[in-house]
Amino acid sequence: MSALAALFVREVRLAVRVGGGGGIGALFFLIVVVLTPFAIGPDLALLARIGPAILWLGALLASLLTLDRLLTADLEDGSLDLILMSDTPLELAVAAKAFAHWITTGLPLVVITPLLGLLLNLDAGASAAVALTLFAGTPALTFIGAIGAALSVTLRRGGLLLAVLVLPLTVPVLIFGVAASNAAIVGPVPFGTPFTILCALTLASLVVGTFAAAAALRQGME
Amino acid sequence: MPIVDLANPSRFLALTARLMPWLIGATVLAFAVGLVMVKGAPDDYQQGATVKIMFIHVPSAWLAMGIWALMAIATFGTLVWRHPLADVAAKAAAPIGAAFTALCLITGMLWGRPMWGTYWVWDARLTSVLVLFLMYLGVIALWRTVEDPSRAARAAAILTLVGALNLPIIKWSVDWWNTLHQPASVVRLAGPAIHPTILMPLLAMAVAFLLLMVTLHLAAMRNEILRRRVRTLMLMQAQAAPGSAS
Repeated sequence: MSALAALFVREVRLAVRVGGGGGIGALFFLIVVVLTPFAIGPDLALLARIGPAILWLGALLASLLTLDRLLTADLEDGSLDLILMSDTPLELAVAAKAFAHWITTGLPLVVITPLLGLLLNLDAGASAAVALTLFAGTPALTFIGAIGAALSVTLRRGGLLLAVLVLPLTVPVLIFGVAASNAAIVGPVPFGTPFTILCALTLASLVVGTFAAAAALRQGME
Repeated sequence: MPIVDLANPSRFLALTARLMPWLIGATVLAFAVGLVMVKGAPDDYQQGATVKIMFIHVPSAWLAMGIWALMAIATFGTLVWRHPLADVAAKAAAPIGAAFTALCLITGMLWGRPMWGTYWVWDARLTSVLVLFLMYLGVIALWRTVEDPSRAARAAAILTLVGALNLPIIKWSVDWWNTLHQPASVVRLAGPAIHPTILMPLLAMAVAFLLLMVTLHLAAMRNEILRRRVRTLMLMQAQAAPGSAS
């Protein structure tokens, strides 16, 4: 088994067995969706109209919340030093870690989205559209978030800073994620236009995020 | 004089000390000329005197974007040559950029109230400038969180470069999202769409703002260099103090 595959399997195993990762993120997502009607009222028509936006915001915040788990534990137990010293390029190691992180924290959000769509009065097609856009867009949130996680992991007061650094960078993902969902539900823009841009953003953030996060880790761990 | 000499902080301090009075004088003069020209500019037939807010608003907007570019250029000095003066330049630029961005937003809001009937609309250009402002605050927060200056510089450099890549994407996606603001009207292939009686004072004010920016930036860089020297001296003093562990 190559080093990268081993790293990937280790990350997934840790996330599944230690607990407190993806499950809590999904629970947070559920709570955000449940709280929304209390804030704006139980009007089903209104909820259906803003449902995709609420789901996207909830997923954005939930994936932000789990980001500090991407690197902090590895820094504490010293495995981050081992990863830095290994022969595997750090960029690839960061990509493997971020991908494993998405599998364990991003994918659960996508999976429960249709269920949460029911709470927000979205019909099956609309829920599927939101789930599909989240499936395409949440990796971008993880990869952009990896930059913030790498920048703040060695700081003692990094927690809140992470959110402040990452959130402005996620604006395009949020715009095209919600736009693609709305395009699928009400139109008039064809679904393909914003959706392909969303996919492009995910691919671009895969490249930029891993390189920037690796650079940030190198300078932070010196 | 080779650029290497300038990169020595002591030479930099000596040179800027001689340059500073001239820069301050030139800034004051440029603002005097610019403001007189603004006073002479005609009121707009629709917007009345409020059009004069533009003479502050537009140069601020240019500088708001230009200072991020300046920081992005300075990051090369930080990441490639690891030069402390580049760190200082980037650090000193961030609060100035944030201030000009805030000035741009505030003057825009004051203009929007009589013109659009509201202080804030979620228009594309306003929104992307607001995101730019948030990113300036993020960079400043990062600078202030990391204690060691050279580590802070490299962290901020990475964030600045990511921001420089991301800002055009944000700008473009926000444009896609919504647009109401008038499109760019000074820099166009077909030549400016503004009448010379407005354009000339605008350019004069832009020069004045640019001089102000350079003056403030050099002054902030000087302060930062001196602050670092004080910090080093205090560290040395603390080490040399009797009863210390070493």
